[in-house]
Amino acid sequence: MAFPADFKYTKEHEWVKIDGDSATIGITDHAQESLGDIVFVELPKIGAEVSAHKSFGTVESVKAVSDVYAPISGTVTAVNDELTNAPEKINSDAHGSWMIKIKVKDAGEASSLMSAADYEKYVAEEK
Amino acid sequence: MSEKKNFNANIKKVSKHISQNEGLIFERSSKGKAGYRLAPLDVPEVDAAKLLGGSLREDLGNMPEVSEFEIIRHFTRLSTWNYAIDLGMYPLGSCTMKYNARVNEVVVRMDGLANAHPYLPEKVAQGALRVMKDLSDGLLDITGMDAITLQPAAGAHGEMTGMMLVRAYFDDKKENRRKVLIPDSAHGTNPATAAMCGYEVENLKSNAKGMVDIAALDAQMNDNVAALMLTNPNTLGVFEEEIHKIADLMHAKGGMLYMDGANMNALVGKARPGDFGVDVMHLNLHKTFSTPHGGGGPGSGPVAIKKHLEPFLPSPVIVKKGDALAFDYERPKSIGRVKAYYGNFGMHVRALAYIMANGPDGLRQTTEDAVMNANYIRKKLEDVYELPFKSPSMHEVILSHRLQAVNGVKTGDIAKRLIDYGFHPYTTAFPLTVADHGAIMIEPTESEPKEELDLFIDAMRNIAREAQEDPDIILNAPHNARVERMDEVTANRKPVLRWKPNP
Amino acid sequence: MRYLPKSPADRAEMLREIGAANIDELFSHIPAEYRFKRDLKVPGQFSESEIIDYFKERSSEMAAGYGIMLGAGAYYHYRPVIIDSLISRGEFFTAYTPYQAEISQGTLQAIFEFQTMICELTGMEVANASLYDLSTGVAEGVMMAHRVTGRSETVIAKSVHPEHREVLGTYAQYMEMPIHEVGFGENGRVDLAKLDAAITDKTACVVIQSPNFFGTIEDVAAIAEIAHKKGALLVVSIAEALSLGIVKPPAEADIVTMEAQSFGVPLGFGGPYVGVIATGEKFVRQMPGRLVGQTVDKQGKRGFVLTLSTREQHIRREKATSNICTNQGLIALVATIYMTIYGREGLKDLAKQNLAKADYAAKEFAKNAKVLFGGAPRFNEFVVQTSGDAKAISDKLLDQKIVGGLPLKKFYPELGNAAVWCATELVTKAQIDLAAKAVRA
Repeated sequence: MAFPADFKYTKEHEWVKIDGDSATIGITDHAQESLGDIVFVELPKIGAEVSAHKSFGTVESVKAVSDVYAPISGTVTAVNDELTNAPEKINSDAHGSWMIKIKVKDAGEASSLMSAADYEKYVAEEK
Repeated sequence: MSEKKNFNANIKKVSKHISQNEGLIFERSSKGKAGYRLAPLDVPEVDAAKLLGGSLREDLGNMPEVSEFEIIRHFTRLSTWNYAIDLGMYPLGSCTMKYNARVNEVVVRMDGLANAHPYLPEKVAQGALRVMKDLSDGLLDITGMDAITLQPAAGAHGEMTGMMLVRAYFDDKKENRRKVLIPDSAHGTNPATAAMCGYEVENLKSNAKGMVDIAALDAQMNDNVAALMLTNPNTLGVFEEEIHKIADLMHAKGGMLYMDGANMNALVGKARPGDFGVDVMHLNLHKTFSTPHGGGGPGSGPVAIKKHLEPFLPSPVIVKKGDALAFDYERPKSIGRVKAYYGNFGMHVRALAYIMANGPDGLRQTTEDAVMNANYIRKKLEDVYELPFKSPSMHEVILSHRLQAVNGVKTGDIAKRLIDYGFHPYTTAFPLTVADHGAIMIEPTESEPKEELDLFIDAMRNIAREAQEDPDIILNAPHNARVERMDEVTANRKPVLRWKPNP
Repeated sequence: MRYLPKSPADRAEMLREIGAANIDELFSHIPAEYRFKRDLKVPGQFSESEIIDYFKERSSEMAAGYGIMLGAGAYYHYRPVIIDSLISRGEFFTAYTPYQAEISQGTLQAIFEFQTMICELTGMEVANASLYDLSTGVAEGVMMAHRVTGRSETVIAKSVHPEHREVLGTYAQYMEMPIHEVGFGENGRVDLAKLDAAITDKTACVVIQSPNFFGTIEDVAAIAEIAHKKGALLVVSIAEALSLGIVKPPAEADIVTMEAQSFGVPLGFGGPYVGVIATGEKFVRQMPGRLVGQTVDKQGKRGFVLTLSTREQHIRREKATSNICTNQGLIALVATIYMTIYGREGLKDLAKQNLAKADYAAKEFAKNAKVLFGGAPRFNEFVVQTSGDAKAISDKLLDQKIVGGLPLKKFYPELGNAAVWCATELVTKAQIDLAAKAVRA
């Protein structure tokens, strides 16, 4: 499993790519694999506030609903509406299927996130 | 997959038989066919357009037009695609699929009862009131409770009613308790219900035996907790042996004990919730009292309570007025109605007929046979399927797929393979307290003869062997049903929820 | 006990296999003090003939064979006999909820047909597999509107069935959902000016019933416009489903809740009935209750499954759209068969007969009493105001084997001595004539 090195990761299996005061968020390939076929995604509206470690949306498989947590706090500036109609994209390319972009509130929060290497180790241990 | 593979070598209960194909009723429809003829109108015809003006409807779109015999064929063919308790054992844990006696269906269709308008004046509704009263009296002695409402339409509806009674009681006493404790093994309706009554749900962990952990309960119970929602026997089919401590603890700290009566069929005639400290409970007439499941309802969920909750019961309640029975609507503290009219009366009729057919001795024997059947299955399967909790079983037994999962076979797969063996699957993946959610939850009920139980045991043992020798046969099951496993992913991603004509 | 398939020898052998000396051993883990020692105080065991005798007697204490001119949310219509022949098949009535699609295709396909027919009749895009009844359906519809809009308040017409409003009040009381009622005008319809004034930016939905509790058909389009203008949804409740045979469906509504009892379900002293909720595709994930969807199996063969179940309590638990678990499977099947029997032409013809009966009845009653709300169209019910006590009139009519209209004093004291009467196709001209005479002062 290749986890992009320029992403940061959470223990709840989200990835975040931080670019200045903008951050792009999705769920990891490991997350999509354990969820199975994703059938529905519920995402916030542009302008919504998200807080670190709090749920901002859900992903659904046939028999389960899972919360998606924000790696860091901020204001939603873009939502990937394409996923609403084609949630299967997350299964085929989790790291390329971003869910939301936010304007970061406190860049310092990112320091508690895992690097790709740490996350890979974390996933291996979790198994 | 090899063409020659014999899927059916060990199957004893069923053989293949012809299954008729049948399209949707809309595909049979064509203009000018009809399945009805109206009696002639004995009053003057009217001009609908004149009476209704802009509200007139002229076309009913794609509603079908078919003849009577086609309707018989259509639905008869559909019926043959269903499994049913009339065809064989339905070992769904927690669902209690028992025999639905035919006399119940006859009495419920008697003219005076079937065609009784709910707003009949009470003097021509005494028969219906008497049925409800007699059923209430029977249920009260069976549960050991003080008062009852038959109004809730189903188990979950009964839960909601029961928890609203709890809420109304505390509101009346001006006690502001915000939380409800619910064990992790509970039915999903419990937390959903508590939320509807404005309560915050707090999870209560089970102990290693699958029972309420008294120490944890003691730690979590405080003056912010209104009630503990408990199923007893719990969803593992185990009687909470420390039920008296649980009830005492709840009461000592001012809370109440709510019992989900989903498993009451393990107790009827043997133990009474009212005796072991329950304050409020619901019953599922479609489980314990044999009213038919009907392919998913209707149910009926009476709520029985102790005296202190009586003022809050939904309005109306049945009272005696001289020699007659009457509805009492003057209930100032009532939570209000939970349903129009008086509940699913047709289910009340059937449940009373069931109780009358059984009597006290039959009801006790019924409970004993149900518990004996579950223990028999446990004894005959515990060497090939893991028994995650060793506590004594009552009316159902929970096994797990742990021994089969090493070969990639999970509880859902075993369930599908049971279909090939001529059985409806057991309940899968519930309760959530079984590690990995690999639960195999089997409830045979009292209705199964030993021969049917032995066939089921034989099927389960064969499947356990197949899991070792040929897991694929299970993973691709069922092989003998009308249809194979369904593409549920597409059904969820691109829902098609109604038929549409070809453009 | 005749339902139990065990001989004493079977029981002895099974206990031996289990390793229990006797049956009490299997109950020995119940603390001794809670083991129930005496016989239950319940009647029986009774033979089949005794059970039938008991219920025959109960049935004889009712109004069997009477003409029924009561409606008010429960309607007396003819039930074609094939309904009972079909639903009495054990494969339908002794089946469980169709979770296991491979051996439940019969129930699943029938529900899919039900959902389709409800959509056709109501003008909505999706319908669920049914709810308990309309009273709880209205509450479910309101809760759904709250989820969709994120708003907290409800405006409901006073001409909605009083018991349905009461049930909504029960559901709402612990969920912080304030409810405001809006009265009716001279013609029995919702007072549009008052409605407009009652809706605020906190209003999640406006709830009306059409035909309403007085039998009057509401101006749905006008009400929709008022609600939508302020961002509220419109929930239209239909208590008399047969009206859809001749009355325009409430296509302007966002959510339709309906009671399908009229479609072949016996009056049965108030239940079981069958509620349904229908809406637009965009709201489907906020709908309560079960849904059946079409899909294919591994071989590409058409089939049906329960779908979108992540909305429901067994998965989402306290965050579910509703705590509802069951639908009204068998009763929805009754309605499906009924709708199939009458179909596209029959529902229209039958609805027209109802229209004619009620029109005749209202005219006859008007000769002897005051028929209210004449200024708007009605279906098969109408309100009659009398100089004498409405209950006394109905009680007296019982002597002529006619069950009269429902006195409204309890629900609408402002209407004085009024009652809501109903004339379906099963009420005869002779009965109507008798009743019309009885309301004379």
